[in-house]
Amino acid sequence: MLSRVADSLYWMSRYLERAEHTTRLLDVNLNLMLDESSTSSDHRWLRLLQALGKPRRIKWSGDPYELARTLTFDTENKSSVLSCIIRARENSRHVREQISTEQWHRLNSLYLEVTRSELQTAMHAQALQGSSETPAAFLQQVMEAVHQFQGVTDSTMSHGEGWHFIQVGRYLERATATAILLEAYHEDVWAQPDRVPEGNEYLEWMGLLRSATAFEAYCKVYTADLTPERILEFLLLDAEFPHSVRFSIDSLQCALLAIQSASGGNRAEELHRISGRLSASLAFASVDEILNGDVVAYLRNIQKQCQAVHETIYHLYVDYSIQTALAG
Amino acid sequence: MKVSGGLKQLGLRQFPYTETSMDNISTEATAGPLELAALKNYKLDHAYDEMFASPDALHEHYEPLLEHFAALPPEEVQRRKQAADLSFLNQGITFTVYGRDEGTERIFPYDLLPRIITAAEWAKVERGLTQRITALNLFLKDIYNEGRILKDNVVPRELVYSCPQFRRQMSGLQVPRNVYIAVCGTDLIRLENGDFAVLEDNLRVPSGVSYMLTNRRVMKRIFPQLFRSYNVRPIEHYTQVLLGTLRSLAPEGRPEPNIVLLSPGVFNSAYFEHAYLARQMGIELVEGRDLVVHDNICYMRTTSGLRRVDVIYRRVDDDFIDPLSFRADSILGVAGLFNAYRAGNVTLANAFGTGVADDKALYAYVPDIIKYYLGEDEILPNVKTFLCSIEKERKYVLANLDKLVVKAVGESGGYGMLIGPQSSAKERAEFADKINANPRNYIAQPTISFSRAPCLIGDELEPRHVDLRPYVLYGDKVTIVPGGLTRVALKRGSLVVNSSQGGGSKDTWVLSQ
Repeated sequence: MLSRVADSLYWMSRYLERAEHTTRLLDVNLNLMLDESSTSSDHRWLRLLQALGKPRRIKWSGDPYELARTLTFDTENKSSVLSCIIRARENSRHVREQISTEQWHRLNSLYLEVTRSELQTAMHAQALQGSSETPAAFLQQVMEAVHQFQGVTDSTMSHGEGWHFIQVGRYLERATATAILLEAYHEDVWAQPDRVPEGNEYLEWMGLLRSATAFEAYCKVYTADLTPERILEFLLLDAEFPHSVRFSIDSLQCALLAIQSASGGNRAEELHRISGRLSASLAFASVDEILNGDVVAYLRNIQKQCQAVHETIYHLYVDYSIQTALAG
Repeated sequence: MKVSGGLKQLGLRQFPYTETSMDNISTEATAGPLELAALKNYKLDHAYDEMFASPDALHEHYEPLLEHFAALPPEEVQRRKQAADLSFLNQGITFTVYGRDEGTERIFPYDLLPRIITAAEWAKVERGLTQRITALNLFLKDIYNEGRILKDNVVPRELVYSCPQFRRQMSGLQVPRNVYIAVCGTDLIRLENGDFAVLEDNLRVPSGVSYMLTNRRVMKRIFPQLFRSYNVRPIEHYTQVLLGTLRSLAPEGRPEPNIVLLSPGVFNSAYFEHAYLARQMGIELVEGRDLVVHDNICYMRTTSGLRRVDVIYRRVDDDFIDPLSFRADSILGVAGLFNAYRAGNVTLANAFGTGVADDKALYAYVPDIIKYYLGEDEILPNVKTFLCSIEKERKYVLANLDKLVVKAVGESGGYGMLIGPQSSAKERAEFADKINANPRNYIAQPTISFSRAPCLIGDELEPRHVDLRPYVLYGDKVTIVPGGLTRVALKRGSLVVNSSQGGGSKDTWVLSQ
């Protein structure tokens, strides 16, 4: 497979995952703020920005709907939902002949839908009037479209090298995003382990789980009894839940191995080593140990290792020098 | 000549009533009022009409089409038209409009009514095009090698050497199978007498073939029964033939050649077509940055390392293909590609320097070229062409600017043209200056009213000017799939069919008998 194609598939997938993540966080918080809550509005929205990796040039102005609008539609902002969808679609356009027609249709219709100018005007007007219905419906629509895209990807595209690069992009993005999300909630949830939770704090914990679509899955494992340790254990170390960091890293590892065998190279030792180490460290970790140590440092270390995986993929498959390739 | 009315029209064509008087028919005709309404703006003029043989009679092969169409209620016609448009948009069958950030893609306007060509007409076109591409290919081989035709003064030496598309770098180079033009899309028009003539040879990187293929696919979906009843010759094998052509041109000793399509990238107006063709042929679509040349061997960068490339179907112009040999500021090309080509390690289709043979001034000599190499008269005539580089002809052109169409020899896509009868005195004065400043750069042709075919405009049928671009493939043999891209000048009275200038297209049906 062409390096450029792998690159485009990878980014298409990452951008879509990012769009979905941002959308879900907005949806959860726009919903939660309607309830009476122990968390002040300022705190909630600053935490949201932190959970999105503090996008540059976005300031909290005091108006949640304005912020939601910026994070959704502002194309000046590279990580807004709209920017992500435009770039995902642009990447898919570069590899139009590599993806299935169904994939293209799904992504292209999403793009056509979100770039309709009336939609943005409507959203803006609604935001000014403080009505939350339209954003919720819209955000829901984006999430569904992304899920559908993943569905058609799995059922219409050959599960070959290209498909595996899509998996790599998705899970690497997801692992990173979940680690950043957990870091943003550290202060509220895990910083003081012995504190007795106040009145509505449970709502915020639920919000955290929902931000990773994890609430129902959590309840199946631990019942609706929410505790900070279990939440961390579930989002970080659960082996079966698709949004947990461990699951994401395991899936990433699988996809990388498949790519390695498809591209027939044994040049991948370094990549295999760092992704395997990350995967193993999550498999054998215990939540108590993590909580006894420095949680933030632990989460940052995961982010750093994800970054290292990304860079190694690049050196290996996309950005290699001709001399190395001819020698090998 | 004005058609007196659609109802009479349709009544008259129903043999044996042809001889009865007009009045009788308008009262007795069985045709519904819709037919009258749909044709009320259909006015004939001196241009050849694809549908009407005379004001009183249709060409026989258009009768079932008009009947079928007339039987559909207008809402149904509109519904099908929308279905077709939507199908193009959703498939992303679009072309890029330069100069805007967002919404840069538009669908190529599509007309619902097919253009129909009879088996006999097509047979002549096929023979004519085969003859032409064979001769032009021999011409290219000759001028880049011994130059016999120049020594014999059949084609003026200075005309060839002054052409910006003439590539010195190609001199003495042996190309595989001696095929310079592997893919060509010749623009044909129909003269007032109904004969096809060649307007332009496109020998560099002709585009539009994907529209030919997708038009057909949409048409079969929108009018299945009508299509079936017509016995139309299939065109769907084009991509297989193209692949076979490319394979036959592989360098020697490469039995399983790796063939790629080189595109300038997603911002090119024809990107959709590049992606479409690559997908249909199952070959890699590459951009300049995917290829590297090392020791005169061309590779592409893949996830499993470098892989050798043997044949490049290139859709990048000569100028941009190799910054070391041609334009140094090109970022679309591959450094060193020309040397790899010269060394015979990779084949490019089309070869470099084919543009010299579709120069608009050289065009005037094509009949002589055919005669010189093949000893035959041309089967498809040229359009009368005046060369401004010849003093006598330039004088004539300058004196008759208001009657002629003036074209810059190097331009395409409908740019750099003066259409005399539709021009202002100021425009003519400007062009006269340009011609005097650089006579070699201009040619002139009489304003030809090329043929018109019925198009659906709103709810009605109106005639619009059309041309025809069949696609010729030349590998181990010449193959022309029966059909081509019929382009339509959608503006009433307009003679410009280019997509960048408000043109559209139609499906082209070549009948099997």
